[in-house]
Amino acid sequence: MITVTVNGQRHDIDADPNMPLLWAIRDILGLTGTKYGCGAAQCGACTVHLNGESIRSCCTKLSRAAGQQIITIEGLSANNNHPLQLAWNEMNVPQCGYCQSGQLMSAAVLLRENPNPTDQDIDDAMSGNICRCGTYQRIRAAIHRAADLAREGAKS
Amino acid sequence: METNAISRRNFIRVSGLAGTALCLGFYSSANAKEDQLIHAADAEKSGIQMNAWINIGTDGKVTLTDHRAEMGQGSYQSVPQIIAEELEVDMKDINIIFAQGDNKKYGSQITGGSSTIRGSYKNLLKLSATAREMLIAAAAAKWGVPVSECYAESGNVLHKPSGKKFHYGELVTDASKLEAPKEVQLKKASEYKLIRKPLNRRDTPLKTNGEATFGLDKKLPGMLYAAVERSPRQRGKIKSFDDTAAKKIPGVQKVFKVQMAVFNTNREGVAVIANSTWAAIEGKKALRVEWDDSGFEHINTPDIYKKHEELLKTSEGLSVKKQGDVDAVLKQSTKTLDAIYQTPYQSHAAMEPLNCVAHYQGDKVEIWGPIQAPDWIQADISGRLKIPQENVIVNMTFLGGGFGRKAFMDYPHEAVMISKEIGSPVQVVWTREDDMTQGPYRAGVSYRGQGAIDNGQVTALKFKMAGQNIDHWQTDKRGQANDSASEGFLKPYFDSIKNISFADVPYEMPLPNMWWRSVYASTNGFAYESFMNEMAGLAGKDQLDFRREYLKDERCQRLIDKMEEVSGWKNRGKNEGYGVAITECFSSTVGQVVKVSRKSNGGIKIDHVWAVMDCGWYVNPDIIKAQVEGSVVMALGAATTHEITFKDGLTEQRNFYAYQMPRMNDAPVVDVYVMDNNEDAGGVGEPGLPPFTPALTEAIFDLTGKRIRKLPFNMNAV
Repeated sequence: MITVTVNGQRHDIDADPNMPLLWAIRDILGLTGTKYGCGAAQCGACTVHLNGESIRSCCTKLSRAAGQQIITIEGLSANNNHPLQLAWNEMNVPQCGYCQSGQLMSAAVLLRENPNPTDQDIDDAMSGNICRCGTYQRIRAAIHRAADLAREGAKS
Repeated sequence: METNAISRRNFIRVSGLAGTALCLGFYSSANAKEDQLIHAADAEKSGIQMNAWINIGTDGKVTLTDHRAEMGQGSYQSVPQIIAEELEVDMKDINIIFAQGDNKKYGSQITGGSSTIRGSYKNLLKLSATAREMLIAAAAAKWGVPVSECYAESGNVLHKPSGKKFHYGELVTDASKLEAPKEVQLKKASEYKLIRKPLNRRDTPLKTNGEATFGLDKKLPGMLYAAVERSPRQRGKIKSFDDTAAKKIPGVQKVFKVQMAVFNTNREGVAVIANSTWAAIEGKKALRVEWDDSGFEHINTPDIYKKHEELLKTSEGLSVKKQGDVDAVLKQSTKTLDAIYQTPYQSHAAMEPLNCVAHYQGDKVEIWGPIQAPDWIQADISGRLKIPQENVIVNMTFLGGGFGRKAFMDYPHEAVMISKEIGSPVQVVWTREDDMTQGPYRAGVSYRGQGAIDNGQVTALKFKMAGQNIDHWQTDKRGQANDSASEGFLKPYFDSIKNISFADVPYEMPLPNMWWRSVYASTNGFAYESFMNEMAGLAGKDQLDFRREYLKDERCQRLIDKMEEVSGWKNRGKNEGYGVAITECFSSTVGQVVKVSRKSNGGIKIDHVWAVMDCGWYVNPDIIKAQVEGSVVMALGAATTHEITFKDGLTEQRNFYAYQMPRMNDAPVVDVYVMDNNEDAGGVGEPGLPPFTPALTEAIFDLTGKRIRKLPFNMNAV
């Protein structure tokens, strides 16, 4: 039995400790917002936060998450209202949408660490996430927009 | 206002479902000789089932049954946007459900050929306006006032003089009993309140909090997971397999041989059934399978292109299109061009790998998945398993990308066969490696262009293509010419150039191939527009002036003007490279101007892409822009970073590390402009792709003097 806190909720998971966290989250906890894309830490579709840091859950063993705090896309905000989520909606970022959970989770760490990212900062932080629909231009614009929204939110 | 008659072979059917709702739908009947309306009662008597594209309930809520898939192209937004306009309801009052596969009800459901809007918008406008008029008529009758004093707005019918109003929900019972009007007035484009507005997509909120259900997210009670080891050379047969190690993996329950039908061939695999995706994948990894790979050619990529070149140089091929006498002109001309272009095999590589949930229940089977063609799957499964078509229920989820691959019927068939074997619902998950190594692929195609110039004028164009034909592979139509040989090439060229010919030199081999976004235009467009750019150079003409001269069509002229205006064409700088290309794809024309410069490390940088789309009548300009932006990125990858290659019949690329997708730092700035006109609607999801690459390579030529005729090429090594 491995105890993991996911989106603030404690779970005792009865599974092989070698199972990638991705499949434990999806198949056992039923949180399907985190996606399988490559199984090799190449595409970023499976990105979640482990103690606040971005990790590729497809290549992270369940045992690594024991006793740790995991946040998935379902836990990014209470009501789809993280500045990034608001910006994504405002700027119509997703097309098929499959990679967007991972994009948002990567962008959330960037924005927390760097509230005013430059284009170069965005390239550096986001180049691990593939979008086959090619929404990069909008992701970039939406991250800048989210930074604005966060600043406005902080002032008000 | 203008009237809009229903197109031939379509008639509207109206029904009141037990008096509780107003349901409207279109039906395409092959037997209907002319447009006709049939009343609900008649429809019921003739046993015609209502398809209920639009259902308005007594609560006033509108339910739209979307017969096409949503794979990123945005029809989940644009279809209701059309309906809301003419029905006069608010977007928030429209609920969408995905139709199940059934082409008797919906007609063709294949989401391909960029056809969702262009194939249905006239019907949708007419249908919505008809419902609106019936609701207005019902309200007028209730009040005992003339229809002319009433109008519809935001889901209500209002009586202008008195200000009285009925909610649609209060009218549906009465309206459903009325005769549908034979003709209705449709709005002019200038009267649109929703159509042509960049409204936000309604699926976006679902895609920012993890809520959207893709195929892989579908779960059923008691569902098991399967992973399948398939022949690495696609057509290999199982000699033997050892599952000892696989069965030791905790969670693995069963291992057996499974077949997957692909048109008239069968592919073999070994299925591992487990209680989690991971256990199934680990079990698959632990299998030892011995394959019999005899009886078919084991392909090597260099041999493919050597053969293409040989065919293009030695064979005239099968004529596809011909006007004038190309060969005679080429023979007597002194200023000629002769060039070969090569395009690579491509994986669709949708972000959501293939997967399918199936539940076989004897005389009934139900399927869920990321599916582009639910009606094809229904017919296919019904035929292969001898189950009545109505007992094959095919449900579409959101698709995590499709690009043509998910219109294939192999992966649902395999899932059904596995469910049948284990007697419970199953989700078959393809790993990225399965998805990338199994195909089918966009075929790599080579082209030869020959042209002549006399007195500064293009006098002859001769094009030949050599490559696998999708149709041949599917249906064994070997020996027939590829009638898509001129796809992508603009039709007005035929009016201005006297001698033109297109031929197909058939090239057959056992690798599976399939439509890939923009289909033949994706490779044809590169060859033909590259060649036209080279011809312009030979004629000493400016790229845009050359297009103006040969594309006399009025829409093309306006498109060219727009390209010139938005790209600042006349103010091009000295150390910048500019390239142009214009292609046609699925009844839309797209022109692109690409600007490049040298990076400090010597590589090529794309500074800007300007794209102008003429898709005729359109719904949502922001969705169009997004589709073109994305098409440019997809084209960029196929041109510069990824290709599928084969060695001894094995696919060499297994995952993204070997098939490098463009990433954030590679994405160019793309500005998209949509032409405004009321011509028939063209496609949106694909036409933005073909012109990018020939415009890019021309820009690189403009900057460096280097011609690129073989894809992919390395932008850092030009």
